[in-house]
Amino acid sequence: MYHHTLGIETRGKRDLVMTRRFNAGKELVFRALTEPHLVKRWLLGPEGWVLKTCEIDLRVGGAYRYVWQHAGRGDEMGMGGTYLDIDRPDRIVHSEIFDQSWYPGTAVVTTRLSEADGVTTFEATITYESEEARNIVAASPMREGAGASYDRLDGVLEDLAAETAG
Amino acid sequence: MADLDRLDMTFTALADPTRRAILARLAQGEATVMELARPFAMSQPAVSRHLKVLERAGLISRSRIGTSRPCRIEPQALAGATHWLEDFRKLWDARFAALDNLLEDMKAGHEPGPYDH
Repeated sequence: MYHHTLGIETRGKRDLVMTRRFNAGKELVFRALTEPHLVKRWLLGPEGWVLKTCEIDLRVGGAYRYVWQHAGRGDEMGMGGTYLDIDRPDRIVHSEIFDQSWYPGTAVVTTRLSEADGVTTFEATITYESEEARNIVAASPMREGAGASYDRLDGVLEDLAAETAG
Repeated sequence: MADLDRLDMTFTALADPTRRAILARLAQGEATVMELARPFAMSQPAVSRHLKVLERAGLISRSRIGTSRPCRIEPQALAGATHWLEDFRKLWDARFAALDNLLEDMKAGHEPGPYDH
């Protein structure tokens, strides 16, 4: 199966934007993003880590919490936050903070789902508390070079897909 | 965890615009504290404090020879920081590939139940 390409880019001073398309309707995608037994199927950790805890209270003001555990060493890393706005199945806004955060402050993530011809476009905008925090995450001095090479890779993948389809 | 501590120091060092500017200057070639202080309208002790942060993060090294102790950039430490974003992309690529598979199962009516693992 051909996988759509993941886009990651900085926008403005405080945002990091992730985009991805899925071959499914937005109601299905919304459920996969918000029902714990479905989230457990895809929200993988880095290699060797498993999602041990996945709790979601899907209502405005409700909390969520994810904890990954290293299968060998047993140490844990967790993150969580609060739902700030929910407009099913088009939009979710939630706060996000890691237990051992490497950037200052809390981030706010706005997820938008739009559907056309059975394909859902997922766009998550991560807004950091400060320009400084965004730049820590995006390692800004080197960001341009990485972005350019990813763009080239995207182009190559699209060409390959077109060749395979044709 | 040593790698994570080092990465943490690298990102802390990179978060400051003055330190990024110092690194940009050092990317052109070695420079002494005095040479670095000039364009920043900053005292030499203030620049020295920034250099200490960069040195602890392994982003620069300073010559032990003579009194001027020129600074030089350590490109390998910067490469370590860019790997983080690559790791972030790899992780999300893997997650979304798994989500593709889950959605195919759901469309086919093979939806995992709440108590399945």
